[in-house]
Amino acid sequence: MNETTGKQGLHAALAGGISRRAVLAGAGTLATAAAIGFPNIVRAQSKTLKVGVYGGYFKESFEKHIFPEFSKATGITVEAIAEPTGEAWLVQLEQAARARQAPADVSMMSQVAMLKGASAELWAPFDLSKIPNAAKVVPHLVNKYPDGKVSGIGAVSWYITLVTNTKSYPQAPDSWAALWDPANKDKLGLLALVSNSFLLEVTAATFFGGTKHLDSEQGQLDCFKKLAELKSNVKLWYRDEAQFEASLKSGEIPMGQYYHDVTGLAAADGQPVRSTFPKEGGILDSGSWAVTRASKAGDLAHVFVDYMCQPSIQALLSRKVGTAPTIDRKLTDLTDQEFAAVSSDIAPIIPRYDLYTSKSDWLNQKWTEMIVG
Amino acid sequence: MIRRAPRGLAEHAPILFPALMLVVFFVIPFSLMIAVSVFRRVPGGFYEPDLVFANYERFLTAFFGGVMSFSLGLAALVAVLSVGIAFPFTYRLVKLPRGAQIRWLVFLLSILSLSEVIIGFAWSTLLSRTAGITNLFVALGLMAEPQSLSPSFGALLAGLVYQAFPYTVLVLYPALARLDPYLEEAARTLGSSPLRAFFTVVVPGLRNTIVATTIMVFVFALGSYLLPQLLGRPQHWTLSVLITDQAIYQSNMPFAAAMAVFLVLVSLALVGLALLAGRREETA
Repeated sequence: MNETTGKQGLHAALAGGISRRAVLAGAGTLATAAAIGFPNIVRAQSKTLKVGVYGGYFKESFEKHIFPEFSKATGITVEAIAEPTGEAWLVQLEQAARARQAPADVSMMSQVAMLKGASAELWAPFDLSKIPNAAKVVPHLVNKYPDGKVSGIGAVSWYITLVTNTKSYPQAPDSWAALWDPANKDKLGLLALVSNSFLLEVTAATFFGGTKHLDSEQGQLDCFKKLAELKSNVKLWYRDEAQFEASLKSGEIPMGQYYHDVTGLAAADGQPVRSTFPKEGGILDSGSWAVTRASKAGDLAHVFVDYMCQPSIQALLSRKVGTAPTIDRKLTDLTDQEFAAVSSDIAPIIPRYDLYTSKSDWLNQKWTEMIVG
Repeated sequence: MIRRAPRGLAEHAPILFPALMLVVFFVIPFSLMIAVSVFRRVPGGFYEPDLVFANYERFLTAFFGGVMSFSLGLAALVAVLSVGIAFPFTYRLVKLPRGAQIRWLVFLLSILSLSEVIIGFAWSTLLSRTAGITNLFVALGLMAEPQSLSPSFGALLAGLVYQAFPYTVLVLYPALARLDPYLEEAARTLGSSPLRAFFTVVVPGLRNTIVATTIMVFVFALGSYLLPQLLGRPQHWTLSVLITDQAIYQSNMPFAAAMAVFLVLVSLALVGLALLAGRREETA
């Protein structure tokens, strides 16, 4: 985690001074102190919210920079729960909800997991009147049930971009088409699953004029056929991020798709890597806050989500966790440089999440046959 | 020592605990898995209790047949190679002085403590172009320029055999240590070369041990799902890798369960066949 501490240390040094929240925190401490005299009341009022975030780097950053600030501002204690990636957490939440248990009250969920959870009515609807700051969230990052009730609210966004080793590629590639270049034989590292690599969308945007081409089955087959052409360029189809990251840094696998934030942190740490937003756009993926229907802390969850949607917190997330804001950039105080570190003004490729619920098994089967066969 | 069948509850008691463990940790989970494998998959959601065989039907295609045969073939190859290397090694090991034997065994046990992840990363580094063993060959003038040897079938095989080797030695060790040295000495006195004595006396004498060890390594290698991802190309992904994909990434438990049940049944059948063949040879 060396590459992360460097950046965080820099930002910690930048974020000096006494903030409004520090004053609020003082007030909060006073209130707690007053309550200590009456243990029964403390117990009755003890406000704890279990929040699920991806384990590892994400959870560490949230626990270090975000949750303490939230507790100071609101008096609500956060118990951070490490979520596994993939859909394992969704399965666990669903199984637990059947037994009326909530391993976490609020969880950060991927978009595909949001949709799958919604089809099982796992998410308790949000009451937007209790979340004034939700109005600032970009509309496509607010998840809705078919009847219009809100199931999830954008938590953070991140980009998957075209990354290269600067020693092997002195010149940065400018298009996703570089993945198909015969000169790059056996040089690529790509994500191994159809539902997390979003390469069908990349193919559609690069060669078929946009992700709308994936509307029809014929369009999807076109993209599979085109994708099959880059197979001989791929050295590694990775599920585990660490595996590709190490190979990218060493130049063993000098090109591929990877997370913009982590690549930026590695570059800032002096590693010979760079992340490029291709002219077709980076892949914009995001996580949403959602509350399981088994949670009894719905009110606290509303306070939490409202807090997280504030422009100042979205800016803090960009600086400390490296994610892109889920609200309009102009509402935040991020500088151009800070914004460029986490995002780009090039229109992004937005994954076709709808396909991964309506046709997930078919797409998965075709995908596996394509890369294994 | 009197050997007779145990009578009454008290004499059966020692076996109750392992039996209970077997039920709790094998019979119940495996039954649950069989149950889930006939549940109905809800596309874009989870699954609902039902009695359908669609999950098995999906599995019965040429594609999965190919993956299945590759997995079985790979596991068999790993088993044969591991035993082929470990048997002569252990044979030499039991003849060493006691102190040297203990040092070797401690060394092998310490390899066992390495996780699959560490083994995978270590081998992929060792076989890489940038930091791998080919740089040494270049320095020695054996190669013109460093090459990448991973991911490849050879890399995967090396990783799996490396992982299985300590187990194999530890299973073979007791049998080889107990082997009566006079048997071999007798063969030598009667004029056979050391090599001939090894193949005509030692190997046949321990045939059952060798078969049992091979089966154990086979089953052990069949469950491997991390090394094929780290050291192999997609065509080297085993069925276990695809099961993991379905269970963890596609939340398709019924299909994952169906594949797992199929894998268990096929490997049980193969193990049964191997044992049967062994017994028939014995009686013949």
